[in-house]
Amino acid sequence: MSSTLITGARILGGEPTDLLLTHGVIAAVGSGLEATGAEVVDASGLIALPGLVDLHTHLREPGREDAETVESGTRAAALGGFTAVHAMANTDPVADTAGVVEQVWRLGREAGYADVFPVGAVTVGLAGEQLAELGAMADSAARVRVFSDDGKCVADPVLMRRALEYVKAFDGVIAQHAQEPRLTQDAQMNEGELSGRLGLRGWPAVAEEAIIARDVLLAQHVKSRLHVCHVSTAGSVEIVRWAKARAEQEGGWTVTAEACPHHLLLTDELAASYDPIYKVNPPLRTAADVVALREGLADGTIDIVATDHAPHPHEDKDCEWQAAAFGMLGLETALSIVQHTMVDTGLIDWAGVAERLSTAPARIGRLGDHGRPLAVGEPANVVLYDASATRVIEAGEMSSLSRNTPYAGMELPGRVVATFLRGKATVLDGKLA
Amino acid sequence: MKNHLLSAADLTRDDAELILATAGEMRALADRPIKKLPALRGRTVVNLFFEDSTRTRMSFEAAAKRLSADVINFSAKGSSLSKGESLKDTALTLEAMGADAVIVRHWASGAPHNLANAGWARSTVINAGDGTHEHPTQALLDAFTMTRHLGALDGRRIAIVGDVLHSRVARSNAILLQTLGAEVTLVSPPTLFPYGVETWGVQTSYDLDAVLPKSDVVMMLRVQRERMNDSYFPSAREYSRRYGLDARRMATLQDHTIVMHPGPMIRGMEITADVADSDRSVIVEQVTNGVAVRMAVLYLLLGGSEPALGAADHAQSATGAEPTTEENDA
Repeated sequence: MSSTLITGARILGGEPTDLLLTHGVIAAVGSGLEATGAEVVDASGLIALPGLVDLHTHLREPGREDAETVESGTRAAALGGFTAVHAMANTDPVADTAGVVEQVWRLGREAGYADVFPVGAVTVGLAGEQLAELGAMADSAARVRVFSDDGKCVADPVLMRRALEYVKAFDGVIAQHAQEPRLTQDAQMNEGELSGRLGLRGWPAVAEEAIIARDVLLAQHVKSRLHVCHVSTAGSVEIVRWAKARAEQEGGWTVTAEACPHHLLLTDELAASYDPIYKVNPPLRTAADVVALREGLADGTIDIVATDHAPHPHEDKDCEWQAAAFGMLGLETALSIVQHTMVDTGLIDWAGVAERLSTAPARIGRLGDHGRPLAVGEPANVVLYDASATRVIEAGEMSSLSRNTPYAGMELPGRVVATFLRGKATVLDGKLA
Repeated sequence: MKNHLLSAADLTRDDAELILATAGEMRALADRPIKKLPALRGRTVVNLFFEDSTRTRMSFEAAAKRLSADVINFSAKGSSLSKGESLKDTALTLEAMGADAVIVRHWASGAPHNLANAGWARSTVINAGDGTHEHPTQALLDAFTMTRHLGALDGRRIAIVGDVLHSRVARSNAILLQTLGAEVTLVSPPTLFPYGVETWGVQTSYDLDAVLPKSDVVMMLRVQRERMNDSYFPSAREYSRRYGLDARRMATLQDHTIVMHPGPMIRGMEITADVADSDRSVIVEQVTNGVAVRMAVLYLLLGGSEPALGAADHAQSATGAEPTTEENDA
């Protein structure tokens, strides 16, 4: 395998240095490195981060290859600086057996743009009635550790308890899509002043918070590992903060949480356009919620940023709000949104970004070879990022098969220049390598 | 005035008053032997209904025909479950046919916004009721009916009673009546108020009996019995007892107070038959006025700047507010 010499990169935003990537690992770090025969990548002015890890990606394959495939989705991931993505289970067929998760895992290996770690469904067919074969998925070639019915909530408290207990046998984690189903029947947008005016059925914050409150108590009771997907409300942040304090005191159980880039930036007022590009689940919330999420992410209450990348074909968004699908693209804009909302605002530094977009998600997903420090002997998963660049987002320029980005026309900071997966460039000069 | 009529909030006070004054002229036309004007000759108006509504469709059809427009009725019924023909494809079809105005009734809140703003078509869009959002021409015809009985609406107290949560009529009226200077009180059980109603600038009350004696207008909203299954209220009987308008409650109204209902009524639920058929009830007149108001809207959105009628007619009935003594004395 050939070598790559990255020169002048600022690791986690620090002083410029060189990195030599050889045989898939970081062979040397230091200034003035030389390596004959190595391809040289000039990274002057660029920030080097460990390859990003997304704990929450919808790749749509199998079943909705018109929206995204493992290949197109991992291309988008690479362009966004990701070297690993967790593929959510709500495919068709649902990823609720060893066979399906192994298929998705293999498709990821064949595509080669990012490592694909399938998420296993908690219940058969996401129906919320019977546990899927969690152990079989854990033991499969895909080595599933994250289980989620995402898109649907494991609403039955007994089933949720059993799932939390059962995955302890293989150090799994239940990633809950917290949405009380009865409180959100036909819900279309955040329940607030605006939903009342617009005549769109509300999705109240309490429907998320009530499930999170229940689940953290269940996790405490059975001493297991709970991960809360896409936290979207200020109240949820408060509950997670309380739970983490408890868990730290008591030990033996953990609660982790994620926030999505769109919830760090966009608010429910965008729904006033009735443009379903802004329709997402959980919905865009209020400006106060956005502030609470940013604070929670800064102080560690929310551990990670996860994209909830949710591609949809054009016709599912070019229609009436109520008829439209929930979800937004996220992979190719996540790092820019995090820079814009968290770094440029002074809430976190680049080491904080690496922790929240790489180290912590890899830890939650129990990935040994991702989210590692950029140090000698570590896997050569690296992203080079130009934080001083700006770009205007064009939906048509997305690498995803879908176009449903809510940021079209917005000017965002930052640009992923290069991504390396085990030393091999997946992205160079901002383009797929 | 804007190009489209999607929400009552699109109308400034001047816009609304112009529509009401023009409707007054159109209303006068109804008493003439020939009820037709050439104003929209050669223009095509499409009634695009994704939801059943015989009354509203007929009202718009009559309005367009009296202005000599060509009318095409397009019924593309569908529910949110079985979407039927997509709104976009329908819009493209209408655009290809050269529709000048599209009057749209849709089960989805915001569908007229999509039709007007998604770039599918260039026609003028008139919202004829979208989901649980708005029904601006209903509010205009209600305001028109009120002004004919009460004159200007400044400071008038208007009670809107019933299922505000699911009512597009209530939303449009709350906006328009405030634009026209009225004081609006919404009366409903707490379960049927929308979240955030306190920001609408209206008064709210759970107590119908306290509101009735102070009101100049009482507008009853339809309450579907199905709401019972969703536990918005315990039973139809309890709803009627607490929020229905019956003869006993009608007796507490001031002499000049009128009773309205956008229809279709559920007699015995929100309104008793004796109230609906009483002298205070202007429910049938609302229907007549609906045609005049929709003529005015179509004329002003499509017809342009010239007066609809001759100058003499214009001077004669420019205000649209002509309280008739019989009705006031009822």
